[in-house]
Amino acid sequence: MNAPSYNFAYLDEQTKRMIRRAILKAIAIPGYQVPFASREMPMPYGWGTGGVQVTAAVLGPDDILKVIDQGSDDTTNAVSLRKFFIKTAGVRTTSKTAEATVIQTRHRIPEKELTENQVLVYQVPIPEPLRFLEPRETETRRMHALADYGLMHVKLYEDIARHGHIATTYAYPVKVDGRYVMDPSPTPKFDNPKMNDCAALQLFGAGREKRIYAVPPYTEVISLDFDDHPFERYRHDASCALCGAADSYLDEVITDDRGGRMFVCSDTDYCEERRETQPGKVEAAE
Amino acid sequence: MMDADSERPLLVAEGLTKSYGRQLGCRDVSFELYEGEVMAVVGESGSGKSTLLQLLSAHLPTDEGRVLYRMRDGVTRDLAAMGEAERRFLARTDWGYVHQDATLGLRMGVSGGANVGERLMAVGWRHYGRIRSTATTWLDRVEIDRSRIDDTPRTYSGGMRQRLQIARNLVTQPRLVFMDEPTGGLDVSVQARLLDLLRNLVSELRLAAVVVTHDLGVARLLSHRIMVMKGGEVIETGLTDQVLDDPREAYTQLLVASILPP
Repeated sequence: MNAPSYNFAYLDEQTKRMIRRAILKAIAIPGYQVPFASREMPMPYGWGTGGVQVTAAVLGPDDILKVIDQGSDDTTNAVSLRKFFIKTAGVRTTSKTAEATVIQTRHRIPEKELTENQVLVYQVPIPEPLRFLEPRETETRRMHALADYGLMHVKLYEDIARHGHIATTYAYPVKVDGRYVMDPSPTPKFDNPKMNDCAALQLFGAGREKRIYAVPPYTEVISLDFDDHPFERYRHDASCALCGAADSYLDEVITDDRGGRMFVCSDTDYCEERRETQPGKVEAAE
Repeated sequence: MMDADSERPLLVAEGLTKSYGRQLGCRDVSFELYEGEVMAVVGESGSGKSTLLQLLSAHLPTDEGRVLYRMRDGVTRDLAAMGEAERRFLARTDWGYVHQDATLGLRMGVSGGANVGERLMAVGWRHYGRIRSTATTWLDRVEIDRSRIDDTPRTYSGGMRQRLQIARNLVTQPRLVFMDEPTGGLDVSVQARLLDLLRNLVSELRLAAVVVTHDLGVARLLSHRIMVMKGGEVIETGLTDQVLDDPREAYTQLLVASILPP
C-alpha cells in the first residue's frame, strides 16, 4: 500500500514539525486561533486542506483513520481524503467510530461518545466567529485579546429580533474554557454539547485562512445564549427511517417530486451499527 | 461625598500637543471640564479641533501633555497609563462619541435595536427582553418610531441615523460625551430638531460634553463655554455669550462676523 514517492502522510517532516508546534500552542491556549504557514495541498480549498494538514501532522503509522463528510463515510469528500491518506501514509482506515484513533470530520461530530485515545480533526472554512460582524482582522484580533465579545451577542440578538428565536443552526459560537469565543466549524448546533467536556482531543484546521485552534480533552465548551432565550439543540421531530434512532441528528432525504421524504441518521456508521445489532430492524418506511 | 466629588473636574487636559510629522495638529491645549458642563471647540477647518477631540478620547496618543479623567469611583487617572482593555471599557460605559458621519458610529448591517443594545451586551447584559425594552425606551427618547426598531440604519434618514447614534451612546448613561460636528451634513430643519433634542438630553442627564463644531450657532445653543482654536492653538476661551457677543481676538471677531444674518 505504501507509495514510496511520497514522504509519510504527504507533508515533509519540517512542515509537520511546524504544524505540530502550532497545534501544541493551540492546545496550550484553548480556543485561540494560532496562525500557521498553511501549505498548498493537492486539492482545492474548501475540501479540507486545513484538516488534512492537521491530520498529516498528527498521524502515525499505527493510527487508524476515519474520515467523515457531513456524517457520512462514503461521500466524495470522505472517500477522496481517505484514499489520499491510504496512498500517502499507508495507514489503516475504518468507518467504525470506535475503532478509529484519528477522525477527520467535515460538519459533524460522531454520535458515539469519543474516548481519550481519539483525536477529532475538524475542517474549518472560516475560523473567525466575529468575521461577519467585524470585517477587519486587526480589530477581531484585538477583540479576542481583550475578550471584547459584546458583538457576538449582537448577532444572536439580531436572530431573535428577526425570527423570534436564535436561528443560527450551524457554526454556533461557543466560549472555550471561559475565555475565547470560537467558531466550532459548520457543525450543526445539535453537536455543540458534545464538544463540552469531551474526552477526545479536538483540533481545528483552516487551510485557506491559515489558522489552527484546539479544544483539549475535558475542557468546558459553552454555547452562547441569552438568559431568556437559552441555547437549544435542534433535531427534526422524527426518528430514523432506517434504524429507528430517536436521539441522533437526522438528514432529510427527498425521495420523489411529490413531497415524499424520509429522515435518516446523518451519522452513517451509527445507523449501520444500530441496524446490525438490532434484530427487529425497521425497514425503510415511506 | 457627592458634592466634594463634583467640585473636582471630570476631565483635565494638560498641555496637549500633537504633531503629524512636521505638520502641527495642536499645541499646548489645557482646560478643565466639570460635570454637566458643555464646552464647544470652534474654529475653521484644519485648526486642530478634531485632533484635540481624538487626543481627549484617547483615540490618538499625545506627543506631550496628558489627559486626566475622574472615574466613577472618584479616582482621577491618567488615560495614557491605563491599559487598553480598561480604556475600551471606559469608552463604552462612561463615555460617548458621536461622529459627524453616522455610518462610522453605527453598525449599518444590524438593526437599530441591536445598535442601541450593543453596549449593554458588551457590559454583560444577557437578557434579551430587558435589552430590547431598554432599546425601545431609548428610541422613544430620541424620537425614533418604535416600529423601526428592527430596521437597519441603512433604511434611516440622515437625521434618524444621528439620533440613533446618540441613543446608542447614551444607553449606558455615560457622564461625558464627545461630539464631532454632530449636526454636520444635515439640513437646517433637521439640525434644529437634533439640537433641541441634544440640549434636552444634556441638561436632563447632566452630561458633560465636548462639542467640536465650526457652526457658531450650534455652539451658542448647546454650550456653556467656548474655546476658539486657530492653527492648532487656543486663542480665546470664555463663556459662550461673552465670546460670541464680545469677541476679543481679531480672528474670533472675524468668525462671529462671518455668520450670515438670519
